[in-house]
Amino acid sequence: MDISFKNVSYTYQLNTPFEHKAIEDMSFNIPSGSFVAIVGHTGSGKSTLIQHLNGLLQPTAGEVAIGSYRLTAEKKLKDLKELRSKVGIVFQYPEHQLFEETVAKDIAFGPLNFGVEQQEIEKRTAEALKAVQLPEGMLERSPFELSGGQMRRVAIAGVLAVQPEVLILDEPTAGLDPRGQKDMMEMFKRLHKQEGLTTILVTHSMEDALVYADHVMIMDHGRKYMEGSPQEVFVKKEELKRVDLDVPEIIQFIFKVREMFPTDLNYHGQTIPELAEELGRITRGDIHE
Amino acid sequence: MNNAFIIGQYVPGESIVHRLDPRTKMVVIFLFVIIVFFANSFWSYALLAVFSLACALFTRIKFSYIIKGLTPVWFLIIFTFLLHLIVTKEGDILFRIFTYPVYAGGVMQGAAISLRFFLLIMVTSLLTLTTTPIEITDAIESLLQPLKKIRFPVHELALMMSISLRFIPTLLQETEKISKAQASRGVDFKTGRVKERIQAVVPLLVPLFVSAFKRAEELAMAMEARGYQGGEGRTKLRELKIQQRDILVFGVFALLIVGLLFTRA
Ligand SMILES: Nc1ncnc2c1ncn2[C@@H]1O[C@H](COP(=O)(O)OP(=O)(O)O)[C@@H](O)[C@H]1O
Ligand SMILES: [Mg+2]
Repeated sequence: MDISFKNVSYTYQLNTPFEHKAIEDMSFNIPSGSFVAIVGHTGSGKSTLIQHLNGLLQPTAGEVAIGSYRLTAEKKLKDLKELRSKVGIVFQYPEHQLFEETVAKDIAFGPLNFGVEQQEIEKRTAEALKAVQLPEGMLERSPFELSGGQMRRVAIAGVLAVQPEVLILDEPTAGLDPRGQKDMMEMFKRLHKQEGLTTILVTHSMEDALVYADHVMIMDHGRKYMEGSPQEVFVKKEELKRVDLDVPEIIQFIFKVREMFPTDLNYHGQTIPELAEELGRITRGDIHE
Repeated sequence: MNNAFIIGQYVPGESIVHRLDPRTKMVVIFLFVIIVFFANSFWSYALLAVFSLACALFTRIKFSYIIKGLTPVWFLIIFTFLLHLIVTKEGDILFRIFTYPVYAGGVMQGAAISLRFFLLIMVTSLLTLTTTPIEITDAIESLLQPLKKIRFPVHELALMMSISLRFIPTLLQETEKISKAQASRGVDFKTGRVKERIQAVVPLLVPLFVSAFKRAEELAMAMEARGYQGGEGRTKLRELKIQQRDILVFGVFALLIVGLLFTRA
């Protein structure tokens, strides 16, 4: 499903002394099937933004379009539930939403609400559990006796079991150990490819945005600050610095090399091993001369 | 949904009402609640109404906002008025709605009682609008000091209150967050039959309790780790002090009481 925002603003507690403008005049497009990273400081409005995508929030101005669904300030969408079955959101710390007695029941909760048949639910539960790489033996255990990382996987499985077309991830790796973070991101990458999802990743990590996304949007104080491919966005050191964001390490490294040695080394999306090889070629060249 | 939670929520400000000692505000409002019941004539009600409006003006909070904060109780106020219209059968018949007679006494009493109600709630909401929960707790602790003599755990009560107050916004946030997460999984909190709506609360309550217990445990641990042992010998960061303006307020309030005695029928 294509997603587009047209001059969208959102104000919390409108018409009270506590009015707070969280999003201001945001416009952008996300084509179906893309992997978009939304990056920005805490409080820049990322979580507010994504809550528009399944109608949890209604814009206070402008228009949000998700596939054929339209959300505007004036009109309430009638088939919200249908929209929500197509747009899955994994909230920050999703393990807080677990409540059932068993893992199986918790995963089945979403599909059950959306009217999926029992047989199909069982099939999906098993698939979702496999997708998040948890052993089948876990289905009958209580979610509350699992480790933090496992709980998070169960919660994510609960969203996947609904089989959404758009998957939104709000800082999905927050609070995990480095290994767990990498595993989880690799899992989302695989799902994105396998299921042909449109994936929107909200993250603090420039590294993840660089590696996984094919489009990056930077937010600052409720506004869109920059947008483009990771290669375009993350080399703009000065602009990023202005909103207190860092350049990913690999690009920092390339800048540093260029500063110290006369070379035209450039970032063009290479991985660390590829960069090492490139450097090897350059230095070997030097030695031979 | 958020708007409903604002009733009496603290609005930061620098007005004289904000800066009054919280004990002054509490005592004055407590007395006000009592004297409202002594009003029984037009002029006595007028006096009280003027006093309350003046208080509201001095807070420098938009009057429309104060009134809007009372939205949930408007229903009660109007209901009280109508109830008196219907059941009181004193005085002349003013007019008839279809065949049902409406008596002058009913209108008078209805108006008086709902006005009382309105004044009570408005003035009390001024307290919470202009006083932070911490100030209120400090004031209660200080006002209840005498009870320490009879071994009443004043400090512990105040601590319990401030912890509860501190966690109300957190709990509300948590509620909002979890209800959004469950709504994304297809729970419908707003429509459906009563039974379905009651069932929809379970996925909300279980996670809320889990996190509340976890928070309580963490807080207890953090307090112990920092050597908290209760009120004995503990000093205060914010000392409450009666200022000139507090004395002034008590003076004005005394005048109000005198005025009320004169205008009573
Ligand atoms: N429920 C809410 N009520 C009022 N203000 C809110 C609410 N949620 C978020 N905000 C405010 O909106 C701004 C954007 O918040 P958020 O979208 O959570 O940012 P991010 O996810 O980028 O950290 C913040 O200043 C935050 O304080
Ligand atoms: Mg956020």
